[in-house]
Amino acid sequence: MDFRVDDVQRELAHGIRSFVEGRLPLDKLRACEGDEHAIASGDWVALGETGVFALTLPEPEGTGLGLADAVVVFEELGRALVPGPLVGTFLAAGAGVAPGAAEGRAQVGVHCAGRPGPVLVEHLGSLDALLVLAPDAPAQVVSPAPVGGARRVEHPLDPLTPLWRLDAVPFGGALADHDGRLWSDGALLTAALQVGHAVAALDMAVAYAKERHQFGKPIGSFQAVKHMCADMLVRAEVARAAVHAAACLADAADVARDEAETAGCSPRQLRVRSVAGAKLLSDEAALANARASIQVHGGMGFTWEVPLHLHLKRARVLSTSFGTPAELSADLAAYA
Amino acid sequence: MDLRYTASEQAFRAGLRGWLAATLPGVGDPPPQDDWPARRAYDLRWQRLLFDAGYAGVDWPAEGGGRGASPVEQLIFKEECERAGAPYVGVGFVGLLHAGPTIIAEGTPAQKERYLPRILRGEEVWCQGFSEPDAGSDLASLRTRAARDGDDYVVTGSKIWTSHAEVADFCELLVRTGDAGNRGISWLIMPMSSPGIEIRPLRTMEGTTEFAELFLNEVRVPVANRVGDENDGWRVTMVTLSFERGTAFVGELLECVRLLGELRAGADRLGLLGDEGLVRRFGHLVAAFDALWALTKRNVSEAAQTGVPGTGGSVFKLSFSEHAQALGDLAVEVLDRAALCTDPLEGPDGMPLGNAGQLHNWFKSISLTIAAGTSQVQRNIVAERILGLPKAR
Repeated sequence: MDFRVDDVQRELAHGIRSFVEGRLPLDKLRACEGDEHAIASGDWVALGETGVFALTLPEPEGTGLGLADAVVVFEELGRALVPGPLVGTFLAAGAGVAPGAAEGRAQVGVHCAGRPGPVLVEHLGSLDALLVLAPDAPAQVVSPAPVGGARRVEHPLDPLTPLWRLDAVPFGGALADHDGRLWSDGALLTAALQVGHAVAALDMAVAYAKERHQFGKPIGSFQAVKHMCADMLVRAEVARAAVHAAACLADAADVARDEAETAGCSPRQLRVRSVAGAKLLSDEAALANARASIQVHGGMGFTWEVPLHLHLKRARVLSTSFGTPAELSADLAAYA
Repeated sequence: MDLRYTASEQAFRAGLRGWLAATLPGVGDPPPQDDWPARRAYDLRWQRLLFDAGYAGVDWPAEGGGRGASPVEQLIFKEECERAGAPYVGVGFVGLLHAGPTIIAEGTPAQKERYLPRILRGEEVWCQGFSEPDAGSDLASLRTRAARDGDDYVVTGSKIWTSHAEVADFCELLVRTGDAGNRGISWLIMPMSSPGIEIRPLRTMEGTTEFAELFLNEVRVPVANRVGDENDGWRVTMVTLSFERGTAFVGELLECVRLLGELRAGADRLGLLGDEGLVRRFGHLVAAFDALWALTKRNVSEAAQTGVPGTGGSVFKLSFSEHAQALGDLAVEVLDRAALCTDPLEGPDGMPLGNAGQLHNWFKSISLTIAAGTSQVQRNIVAERILGLPKAR
């Protein structure tokens, strides 16, 4: 057993980080704040050409890697605040819906059905297709995306996640889904994005705590600030371990079978459990770390200029898909 | 990253599992917590069984007489022992986890030959004399004085939080032989039969005597019993700490998982699972303990490759101790008035409520954010060594 992040994964992370820094720097992304399309289609194609949506497709269409590799990449995408329907497009590429999704020539969103409240769909105006998923219902695909009758929300919470309101959850065609994998893989990748937000908030807090001086010292030398940063790291590392373990179990049926036997459940239950736990802890880490980082930044943390509010708002958006913390923790109790 | 065990790791697990299944039925129940002579006998008998089967000092290097198992095998050892309900290391803790590894790394050949085999065979018990009433988190400020007198040190001072002192044969003792600070400390082996040692048991909030205070009044310890050079005891102590391979709390973690399951079954029988808030707390702890098991595997993997424990242990302990406390708090709420009684009780259905075990864990959890480095010290370690924030103390 070697559960460390391996060299291939480190290279993947480094590669996607370099790509994002060059092609999708934050000031460029922020130029689209409040726009109908969160990311220019040329940039989406460029992102697709890096292979991020085709990581787990067999060669030659994809890279033939596993979810354990994909979560490392998605953590980087979250960390860099890359907008767009990342998870839906990845799932669509794997499911073979919306031609071109794997190469970034299509954008595919996800709507998690079965939730109370208004029907709000992210990125709808940019979508070629929409996946409608629920934890215990057959997956559907709506293609083309149901833009007719949709009303764009004027002020979405996250300025880089445009929202549309529909009167009802759209009906679509049935989509082949092996053993609930679309839901659980989508939840896992969403959790990986959340780990990225948690890490970004931590990194910003630590950098600021080293550079900001008050009372003649860097504020990071005060234990009240230092301990907030330590707690942020703990939340991020624990959540990351959970995401990585869930990904390894999803990739290796033999390991999942052995672990399920030890846990006294079926391999599918083990997957549901490990993914739900990873999503729950990542949601919490992303939300709590964004809040803590804002506190470390003092007044500046509350401004529009400092991008911490973008991490907080994106984390809020992601925490409402693939199970909220309340739903996930209620479901997980069955495994105690 | 991969959670797959190798063929040899699986073979190690299978062999151990078979041995535990064959051996444990003859081991019997542990004696009461406060019956120290019986605890010593019970724990040492278990250690002897481990020794005879080749499992003594699983984590010790082969040159020290141990099995020289890899960190992953150490993890498997602790996991299988816990799942099978095997006895804990008990009074062997200090010898096997602190004093022995220190002597392996820093002791003379004569010291190794004299002390190591008897620790492994379960013949001698060690205790730890590190902390003092005025030297806790700031251990390097310790003041117990050792003055040279011919071939002896004459030691005077007091120690606290010394587990198993009543039944120990030797004490790993940190004393001041030089100037203030961590460069004036030496590491001594003090026979507990030496004249001048007074042992005063310390009663914990649980009511049991897990610890003792030691009062040392001109205790003569031979200079030959010093491990490492004079005034080099701080470094010698730090060497011991690096023996920890990321498996420090495996037993405690798996015990929490078991207690959580028992508590939920009990809450179900009491008809309490209609309370959504309560149910979510159960679910949250499932996620947290699963994640901490994953983090354990990560830390063990790091140790297996780099040979040093790294700082992952601090991250683990900070999170685990808080979740163990959350479990304890959940347990006393679920048990309600049954948690006012530490004697085992049965519910209306005649089934045991498990209150005694849950309360024991509740008490233990309260000590987890204090013992082996308080959470405040751990946060300083994480902030300064991992995040690179400036020291200011």
